[in-house]
Amino acid sequence: MPDKIEVNIRIPNKTRYLSLIGQIGENLALALDKYGGDREELAYHINLVLTEAIANAMIHGNVKDPAKDVHITIGVDNECLRIRVRDQGQGFDINSLPGPEGNALDDHGRGIHIIRCLMDEVTYRRLDDGNVLEMVKCLSPVPSSKRDTSSE
Amino acid sequence: MNCDVTEQGKAVVVELKEERLDAHNSNEFKSQMLSLFEGGKNNMVINLKGVRFIDSSGLGALVSGFKNATARNGSLKLCGLQPQVKSMFELTRLHRVFEIFPDTEAAVASF
Repeated sequence: MPDKIEVNIRIPNKTRYLSLIGQIGENLALALDKYGGDREELAYHINLVLTEAIANAMIHGNVKDPAKDVHITIGVDNECLRIRVRDQGQGFDINSLPGPEGNALDDHGRGIHIIRCLMDEVTYRRLDDGNVLEMVKCLSPVPSSKRDTSSE
Repeated sequence: MNCDVTEQGKAVVVELKEERLDAHNSNEFKSQMLSLFEGGKNNMVINLKGVRFIDSSGLGALVSGFKNATARNGSLKLCGLQPQVKSMFELTRLHRVFEIFPDTEAAVASF
């Protein structure tokens, strides 16, 4: 049974905090006691998906409003690493975003694709006061297939 | 956005002095490239050897620079990618878009 860890962070809607939270996620991944895969790679990927999800929440969810904030929860439980990123905005349709097969020369639209590639489960849900993007990475044997679901 | 800009051969070389290229500094980087294009520097090499971390905004800034250079009959090429940064280009299939060289010398010589 791995150690249970939960980290809760609330940050202002400012991109200057991206590197701070990404680094916290990276260090947490490096400290996992039972991970059989490439720990350095996992840590880099956790930094990356945190950066992508929080930037998305700040820019698209909270529409760059400095009065809003972003709430991040990083948890390790039952051999899964679970990240929740909550914004206070109107939300967007995660399934309407282009994948890499879209216009190769678009300036935007790669963030969710990167998250979907690197995490095992990705969901985006509407809450009473915002939205939550939840991402799960299995830390034990690689799952037979990746799941990608979303709800309204 | 810290970077060194030097003219080498037929190209201007921009060496980024930031460990991260992300949503916090990518717009500033885009503006710096645009200033160089507007000054007639249409052949550009971006040296990423100091960049350990790049996100989709950073990739988007480079795509924007690539399009700007091409529209001005120039070219934007990359060099010095660290392995994890290179893997982001592969994940997003952008390695098919950019010419990528191991170092500045090879990139500059290709113009």
